[in-house]
Amino acid sequence: MKIPSWFQLNLGRRFVIGVPYAWLLLFFVLPFLILLRISVTDMGNGVDPFAPLIETVEGSWHVMLRYNNYASIFVDSAADAVGGFGNTIYMEAYKTSLKYALLTTLSCLVIGYPFAYFIARSRPAIRPALLMLVMLPFWTSFLLRVYAWKGILADQGVLNNLLISLGIIQEPMVMLYTDVSMLVGMTYVYCPFMILPLYANLVKMDFRLLEAAHDLGASAWKAFWLITVPLSKSGIVAGSMLVFIPSVGEFVIPSLLGGAENIMIGRVVWDEMFSSNNWPRASALAVVMILLILVPLAFYYRSSSDRDAQGRH
Amino acid sequence: MKNVLRTFLRFLENNVGRMWMGLVYLFLYIPLIFLIVFSFNSTRQDGVFTGFSLRWYEALLSDSRLVEGFFLSLKVALITGTLSVVLGSFAAFVLVRYLRFTGRTLFYGLVNAPLVMPEVIIGLALLLLMVAVQRTLGWPDRGFITIVTGHTLLGMAYATVVIQSRLSEMDRTLEEAAMDLGCRPIQVFFLVTLPSIAPALVSAWLLTFTLSFDDVVISEFLSGPGVTTLPQVIFSYARRGVNPSIYAAATILITVVSLGIIVYSISVMRRQKRLDREISAAARPEQAFPDPDPAK
Amino acid sequence: MNLPLSAGDGFLRTDQLVKRFDGVAAVDDVSLSVHKGEIFALLGSSGCGKSTLLRMLAGFEKPTEGSVILDGVDIASFPPYERPINMMFQSYALFPHLTVWDNIAFGLKREGMPKGEIEARVQEMLKLVQLETFAKRKPHQLSGGQQQRVALARSLAKRPQLLLLDEPLGALDKKLRERTQFELVNILESVGVTCVMVTHDQEEAMAMASRIAVMSHGRVLQVGTPKEIYEHPNCRFVADFIGNVNMFEGELTLDEADRCEVTTEQGVVNVGHGISGTLGMSVAIAVRPEKIHIDKTRPDVNVNLFTGKVREIAYFGSYNTFIVEMPGGRRVKITETNTTRHESSLITWEDAVFFWWDDSAPVVLTQ
Repeated sequence: MKIPSWFQLNLGRRFVIGVPYAWLLLFFVLPFLILLRISVTDMGNGVDPFAPLIETVEGSWHVMLRYNNYASIFVDSAADAVGGFGNTIYMEAYKTSLKYALLTTLSCLVIGYPFAYFIARSRPAIRPALLMLVMLPFWTSFLLRVYAWKGILADQGVLNNLLISLGIIQEPMVMLYTDVSMLVGMTYVYCPFMILPLYANLVKMDFRLLEAAHDLGASAWKAFWLITVPLSKSGIVAGSMLVFIPSVGEFVIPSLLGGAENIMIGRVVWDEMFSSNNWPRASALAVVMILLILVPLAFYYRSSSDRDAQGRH
Repeated sequence: MKNVLRTFLRFLENNVGRMWMGLVYLFLYIPLIFLIVFSFNSTRQDGVFTGFSLRWYEALLSDSRLVEGFFLSLKVALITGTLSVVLGSFAAFVLVRYLRFTGRTLFYGLVNAPLVMPEVIIGLALLLLMVAVQRTLGWPDRGFITIVTGHTLLGMAYATVVIQSRLSEMDRTLEEAAMDLGCRPIQVFFLVTLPSIAPALVSAWLLTFTLSFDDVVISEFLSGPGVTTLPQVIFSYARRGVNPSIYAAATILITVVSLGIIVYSISVMRRQKRLDREISAAARPEQAFPDPDPAK
Repeated sequence: MNLPLSAGDGFLRTDQLVKRFDGVAAVDDVSLSVHKGEIFALLGSSGCGKSTLLRMLAGFEKPTEGSVILDGVDIASFPPYERPINMMFQSYALFPHLTVWDNIAFGLKREGMPKGEIEARVQEMLKLVQLETFAKRKPHQLSGGQQQRVALARSLAKRPQLLLLDEPLGALDKKLRERTQFELVNILESVGVTCVMVTHDQEEAMAMASRIAVMSHGRVLQVGTPKEIYEHPNCRFVADFIGNVNMFEGELTLDEADRCEVTTEQGVVNVGHGISGTLGMSVAIAVRPEKIHIDKTRPDVNVNLFTGKVREIAYFGSYNTFIVEMPGGRRVKITETNTTRHESSLITWEDAVFFWWDDSAPVVLTQ
């Protein structure tokens, strides 16, 4: 059967497809095209956030393309350019972001996988209640919960006071505005995003396969690694991507819990936009961020469209 | 001695699942407990509970910024929820029912993208669009409309996922039966399909409402002077330092949400039990067609 | 209201109907003629095209070629909601959010029927299927049999010109099925609606339908009354599909006006009629097990007489089944009803027996 072209579809279908499609093209595709365009512009003169996109030179129109925004991301000055990529604050920020995204993904995986596994293995009657308990914090503002960690991890905060009063430590540990608080905050917020896809995957698994493995002589540990984990691969990928990709550009948590040494790229973009008012450079930074997450994005789409295809019997 | 160790290890082995779950739940709920407890703290300090007091609740109600932000967020979230569900239904319908048309893969990609993208990127790109539109058309000014647009973009993606899942599970023969009995396709949608996916529409609405109410980044990018949502207010307070009225707000929110979820879960369970009872009552052994009336 | 058509007119006709999916023909050149008021069955195993054919009649599939003519009108291009045809679905497809009453009234409301008339019609339908007290229930509060009755009432409510039944008894358990068969036919005949039903169960088709079309691989192999199909199958497939049969392959060695002979590996078979074929052509002989006589003592016949050893016996109370092995290894199935009780001629395993049949029993099949 040929795939029908736009004009072969009847009016009803065209409307139902057209409305969301138009919305997405207008509010998703178009902004990104503009983003690309602005990223190759010069900074504005204080009134406009960016220089005119088209200039007239000798009576003819020229489209201005300036790549210096991208250049300044990678090198500090022309001298450094000789040696290849430099060590700009921007590159530091990208590295930091990727580092934290990776660490967050790993810790969510370590914490979330067993958790999802145990929920999937528990009695069917209590599973909905268990899931509801996981989701409940999610429905209360994430901002407020991150805010709470500020209070808990502060030098004069609850955790330190508790540890001191128990005699475990003598002096308060500096936890806030460090790697630790960042990681705790990120893991905390993104855990449900890892747990839910994993659970959805594990709950569909046939646990009699494990019984067969035991019957054939595998220990519980071995059976877990040889059977359960490979079968849950698509859940692992989906969960990891749902955690990793947004973490790269995370802004709120680093602002509240992060310190001056771990500036992430989300924060940098913000500063370029609203402090330096350098919209073109901010756009360039965003474009590079997109390029960084393209590979994980592809992974995510591949695993989710597999499930989409499988869902259609 | 060895026996004690052995029983201890066996206890661990049998209960490792429950212990792990308990620890993770604790981890998830620590902030919530902290917020509730310290909203009643009589002093500003975070580390010590000095005494019970309701002063922060009073402060909360008299803080006009917070109150205004609350109502603005409410308005935005209401509209976002509704708009997202409408658009999401369209998109879900397309993805589940229209399996073949040019540009389908792109459509699928576009619908799902906001789910994973960092909000900073979405916010920035939308802001550029809004500015460009404002430059050419003179409208809209950054504020309510722009925030709603941004939230809806995100909300639509979530709504589509929720609705799509329910729609794909639906029994298609019901729609065929409706058509067989004389319904045109539009009537089929309103009389049969919609009632069938109604629960998914409700959850999608609740989900996008919550997302919109809670959103910081996109609001920050797209808001204008005098238009500040509740999360924005909280965020600005948070960066400056400790403000326990926030804890009071949090406690109220937690209570409302928890009550809502508990009530909802109980009603769902009750309804399910009643359904099961009715189904098994009807399945008693019986005859196909009773004996014809002998008097006929 | 249409003028009554004579029995021979095709109230529903399909003309060279074809349906292709990705180049493969699910329905291949089907031309059928269904008479007004009859119950017509499409019989075949899964994948034979019967369901596709039914869906084309209902309007859920568009024919690739050919036409569907109902009462003189070509309806092939009409969507389902514009056809005077209603369908009873295999899964019943009752609307779960509506009561029994609303389910039945659903189609009537779409027609714009006035409220009073809808009331009367729904009551009539409830009475027809004897569910008057269940009007306010929802489908999940009904048993399987009750749901089926609602589905039937709903499909008859609009007084369609043609009723389609998709495996009507498929969802019922065996005990229910037998009772439902007759009751269903009674209701349909009392209403007088023309029916086309689809089934893979030959007993269902034989019991309910006035005429049957046997289908395989998208084609109709034979159309006839249950008796015609059973007694005079026109090809090996139909003979084998309906009931049990013993099939012998052979060559036509004698062909006259009133008799013919077919030489098979197992012997010469005499048939009591000619077939106007060519000598030497390969044909098959089909003999139903109940038409074969069996005894330990040699009977006084000299044609169609064979010998063998009893290998298997199954005693079913009202009848016995014997599997007899002929010299050469060929096994033959013979069924005998227990009309008499002869202690002396009780046959048991390993007995050497004679078996024979009348020359009217075999059917000669050229396809």
